[in-house]
Amino acid sequence: MDRLTLDDLKRILRECAGEDEGIDLDGDVLDLNWFELGYDSLAILQTTGLIERDFDVMLDEEALDDADTPRRYLAMVNELLAARTAA
Amino acid sequence: MNTAVAVADAPAVSRTADPVVTGIGVAAPNGLGTAAWWTAVLRGESGIRPVGRFDASGYPAKLAGEVPGFVDAEHVSSRLLPQTDRVTRLSLAAAKEALDDAGADPAQLPDYAAGVVTANSFGGFDFGQQELQALWSKGGQHVSAYQSFAWFYAVNSGQISIRHGLRGASGVIVSEQAGGLDAMAHARRQLRKGARLVVTGGLDSALCPWGWAAYLAGGGLTERDDPARAYLPFDEDASGHVAGEGGALLVLESAEEARRRGARVYGRLAGHAATFDADGTSRLGAAAELALADAGVRPDEVDVVFADAAGERGADRTEAAAIAALFGPHGVPVTAPKSMTGRLAAGGASLDVAAALLALRDQVVPPTTGTSAPAADCPLDLVTGAARPAGDRPLRTALVLARGHGGFNSAVVVRGADA
Repeated sequence: MDRLTLDDLKRILRECAGEDEGIDLDGDVLDLNWFELGYDSLAILQTTGLIERDFDVMLDEEALDDADTPRRYLAMVNELLAARTAA
Repeated sequence: MNTAVAVADAPAVSRTADPVVTGIGVAAPNGLGTAAWWTAVLRGESGIRPVGRFDASGYPAKLAGEVPGFVDAEHVSSRLLPQTDRVTRLSLAAAKEALDDAGADPAQLPDYAAGVVTANSFGGFDFGQQELQALWSKGGQHVSAYQSFAWFYAVNSGQISIRHGLRGASGVIVSEQAGGLDAMAHARRQLRKGARLVVTGGLDSALCPWGWAAYLAGGGLTERDDPARAYLPFDEDASGHVAGEGGALLVLESAEEARRRGARVYGRLAGHAATFDADGTSRLGAAAELALADAGVRPDEVDVVFADAAGERGADRTEAAAIAALFGPHGVPVTAPKSMTGRLAAGGASLDVAAALLALRDQVVPPTTGTSAPAADCPLDLVTGAARPAGDRPLRTALVLARGHGGFNSAVVVRGADA
């Protein structure tokens, strides 16, 4: 797998951390931060663990801190996956 | 009796200051929810059955008390499902029922005025088993980040606190079966220090192969497979106990707070004491005696005793002797509705307190099932066969006894709202 899509991310978030009442992940969520989406740091840790496992990739902890919205998170992961494919 | 601790030196506490129970939430093998459970208890309906949660056919013990009909998603949000063991889900359900029953809205109280003190013995055992299996079969990458707290004894208190905004002094008590009573005593301490409301009691659930291994290593489980003849407290044919899951949570409030908001009161926590069998000598009787002294209640004022009811001949004789020493042989009605649920570890005594309060409310002593009559060496007026309505003498005061594996003894005295 060389690309993490928004649908992938939403599926994994739901599996790892559920979905807050009043939040619709299928809505316009790309630029909402994790807190606004009802996810705490542990939810993102669990989600990241599963992505690292399924995509066989190690994410950078500092980069993770900055990836605080789905758009930024996807960009960070996909940049890493693209670099790996190119290598 | 063997102990005379200087109870008289304790500061005199006005009896009207006793904390009161205003809400009850239950998850029990013979009923989910207080109403379903209490109806079953009064009818003598048992929840002990062949283990259904996993294949127990290869184990020496094959029966358990499993909470029926619990649909996780009806009680726990999808956010919490991936991070909670069954015991936490049962606890969240019981806490909500108790708070709703009390009509309490902790958000209306000042910050830090409401807390949670629960008892627990196993933590999230089934969750922990799954993560250990993932670790050993697939590697550390497959272990849930939530394992960091989902296994922990205190997790039920924590999740209840988060869900209901109970940010006052909170904690967990670990003293096995005695824990359900010891937690109430600690909740009372917090109320005396100024808290206004504490969710307290306890639940346990460890009905998975790993939990079963722990139960078997702990000893005392019956190996019989007929649910009707398996757990027979005080019976001469007693062969051990059945393990079960569940328990009860209670809303304990300062009398002042309950009065202020005009809450319906089930009864008050009038006394508690705990002792420890340090040298192999049972001090269960001493715990009972000290709890009565703490409550300022004479033995002849006690109307019913909810027994620990080990279901093991030696331990049953010891408890019967302790009760007979305090009340005289056949001197007080004794019952063990846990014969219908199995022993629930930290949940057992909490559930007994709930039963005691409802017995006082409804003026009826629930039955001990299975046991048809106590053994000759257990000189008890054991309520068997069917529930026993109060006669000429109203039920006003109940004593609840509990023994925890390893030497813990605890006793609680509850009195009716008007007693």
